[in-house]
Amino acid sequence: MRNSLWGLFLLAVSQAVWSSVNIEHWQTAQGSRVFFVHTEGLPIADIVIDFDAGSARDGKQAGLAALTSNVLDTGAGQWNADRIAERFESVGAQFETGISSDTASVTLRTLTEKPLFDKAVETLHVILTKPTFSEADFQREKKRTLAGLKMREESPGDLADIAFSKALYGEHPYAHPETGLIETVATLKAADLRAFYRQYYVAANAVVVLVGNLSREQAEATVAALLKDLPAGQKAAPLPDVAMPGRATSQYTAYPSTQTHVLVGLPGIDRKDPDFFSLFVGNHILGGSGLVSKLFEEIREKRGLAYSAYSGFKPMQKKGPFVLGLQTRNDQTGEALKVLNRTLADFIAKGPTEAELTAAKKNITGGFPMRFDTNKKLANYVAMIGFYDLPLDYLDTFTQKVDAVTVASIVDAFKRHVDLNLLQTVTVGGDAQAKSGQ
Amino acid sequence: MKKRLFCALLLGLPAYAGAAEPKVSEHILKNGLKVLVQEDHRSPVVVSQVWYKVGSSYEPGGITGISHMLEHMMFKGTDKLKPGEFSRIIAENGGEENAFTGTDYTAYFQTMNASRLAVSFELEADRMRHLHLLPEELKKELEVVTEERRMRTEDNPQAKVGEYFSAAAYTNSPYQHPVIGWPSDIAHYTVEDLNAWYQRWYAPNNATLVVVGDVKTDDVFALAEKYFAELKPSEIKPIKPQTEVPQLGVRRITVKVPAKLPYLAMGYKAPSLATAAEDWEAYALEVLAGVLDGGNSARLSSRLVRGKQIAVSAGAGYSLASRLSSLFELEGTPAEGKKVGDLEAALKKEIAELQKTLIGKEELERIKAQVLANQVYQRDSNFYQAMQLGMFETVGLGWPKVDEYVKRIQQVTAEQVRDVAKKYLVEDHLTVAYLEPQPINEPAVHKGDK
Repeated sequence: MRNSLWGLFLLAVSQAVWSSVNIEHWQTAQGSRVFFVHTEGLPIADIVIDFDAGSARDGKQAGLAALTSNVLDTGAGQWNADRIAERFESVGAQFETGISSDTASVTLRTLTEKPLFDKAVETLHVILTKPTFSEADFQREKKRTLAGLKMREESPGDLADIAFSKALYGEHPYAHPETGLIETVATLKAADLRAFYRQYYVAANAVVVLVGNLSREQAEATVAALLKDLPAGQKAAPLPDVAMPGRATSQYTAYPSTQTHVLVGLPGIDRKDPDFFSLFVGNHILGGSGLVSKLFEEIREKRGLAYSAYSGFKPMQKKGPFVLGLQTRNDQTGEALKVLNRTLADFIAKGPTEAELTAAKKNITGGFPMRFDTNKKLANYVAMIGFYDLPLDYLDTFTQKVDAVTVASIVDAFKRHVDLNLLQTVTVGGDAQAKSGQ
Repeated sequence: MKKRLFCALLLGLPAYAGAAEPKVSEHILKNGLKVLVQEDHRSPVVVSQVWYKVGSSYEPGGITGISHMLEHMMFKGTDKLKPGEFSRIIAENGGEENAFTGTDYTAYFQTMNASRLAVSFELEADRMRHLHLLPEELKKELEVVTEERRMRTEDNPQAKVGEYFSAAAYTNSPYQHPVIGWPSDIAHYTVEDLNAWYQRWYAPNNATLVVVGDVKTDDVFALAEKYFAELKPSEIKPIKPQTEVPQLGVRRITVKVPAKLPYLAMGYKAPSLATAAEDWEAYALEVLAGVLDGGNSARLSSRLVRGKQIAVSAGAGYSLASRLSSLFELEGTPAEGKKVGDLEAALKKEIAELQKTLIGKEELERIKAQVLANQVYQRDSNFYQAMQLGMFETVGLGWPKVDEYVKRIQQVTAEQVRDVAKKYLVEDHLTVAYLEPQPINEPAVHKGDK
């Protein structure tokens, strides 16, 4: 069995040819950076506009970026929320807004048939340039947001995430949850949203991505039509650097659930960190590769302690989190945490074996085309490249950089980035027995 | 304008299709394995899915959830492979894989570089007939599934309501029990139970192999012959119908769990495409769900969330592709200061209107335009297309119904939507569940140095 598979593998490798992605890039006169990929085969286009207007721009008003994003499509120009939704849906277009810590995204998926496409693009243009932020829409969306924040408190997983971010980031803009806090959202006013929109939803602060069956000329005309009348404004100032926590801490929150949610980690790396590939490949082996990682093996396969056990780096504009997580029956928390910490410590001390590294590289490079095998995935990948200012040949050199990673580079990178003496541990769950056993 | 656009869509679709028109080819092996292939050459990848006609609705009392448990055990070794080796081989070949279980199916999939399809076939053929169930592996995996249940259901208030809601809505239909199984059933599975379930349902003549991606149809058929042809078929005894008895009056339950917000779930008994007296009823119910919840312009968002502001969220759903009759469902969370009863009354008012007044022309066209566009968008994803084919085939509709879907939706009239609302959304066939939030003790936080 293994022999015959091995034969197949060698055969396939020699034939492997990667399709390359041609990203076209230009900048508009107002300073928006545009990234375009022409695709064929389907009469569709995906448009992503990312503003540097995520929750890290909230200031003291946690939840401001999220609420601004929510209210954006509830009224624009002459249209109310119903008219806007009808305009998109009558042409089968799909429109969404959303935020992360770093970005506020506006996305549109539409057919490229001209009258349908034009109507969708015109609607998006008015949303981007003339949102009304009326008092009535604002009040309603604020109430809905507050209900959502309340509901978050019935999820031990969400409570753990909130405590974890706070433990890692203290006073940094990454510390608070992206959707905000009840006490800060309650004090927001429509004028706050308007001011936030005016400062951050501007051309110089935008990255525009188009992926689909459009010509370069159509893409340029579409960008011009979308951003017409959007003030140039200014690019958002750089975020402050992340200060590493001073020491390891652990925090237990009692909650009446049957499982305890466990998160362990510390601030990791930013998107441009030169150690990215060593950490990415290393983490793939440690806890990033689904059913075959070390954490999955130790926690789930050998001991049946959890359904999900994972680790990951989330590189952002500034150091995003490195997190290891699992959920387990309350009385097993101590044991699970011990196994998790030991697996991490062993990995940092010894790194992976050569065999593990080879297997991981085969998985990553062999599965590389699957990272962008749909227009939608490709649009999101290109948006990441554009927003974080990564080289345009990022996808072309990806497998090469993965192949260049060594056991030594992984050990070295993990030692420098994951200091066990600074790990933050958060547990949320039922029963006194759930207290983190170290 | 609306009308013209719609024509543009109808005219436009065949024009776009051209070379990219998806075409499904079918080949049935001598042992009964049905193979479906759809070529898509936009990316050098392939998805391969094996669908078995077995799921939670096949399970008798006492072993509920065993289809899902078996799905977990399918990764735990065969006569040739050690536990976990399946996943390691797929990973080394650059693949992604997983599996899922529903009321009517159990399915396994790999997504890989198209040149590795043989790896997937060799492994799937092996575990279709040669699974090796080990007591020590079952013991650990039982714990894993119990943790999965805790995460999905026990600690999730709305999921818990969903479980009690289904148990109340159905009298004798097997849709009354959860896919993951009741806790005491999960705790008592034995290797013998699992082996019997595996022997009864896992055979080529009870499976469909679906392949979508950068492949040549004839090559896939040849490869399927090479790896699956030697597997012996089984005698698959037809499952008993377990047809749900008529409901003779509204049912109401309350679920008290620690939670912050109330929640409402409602469901009316409704046929699926497989059980409807006439096909059009199922398509009309699908459009009816679209009128209520087909996007941000649909009635629930427009009228209840924004207009009257009775709900912070509200939804409607209907599943056309199920083996047995199921429910037309509505759910929602009332706005601050409103009660679940207010929301229930508002939802019923919307239903009464649909029974009385024909939906508008523009409204109907908008729903149809979305269905048409979605059909094109779905072609962006091999996985989703394979899913549709596998599911329609496995619930007993046959995959050609996937192709018919858009055309049949286009034919639905406003009168038909009104008629199914009158026929099926009736009080005596309704089940209502209220989540009554119980206090969560203020979280006590203990901080400390490590």
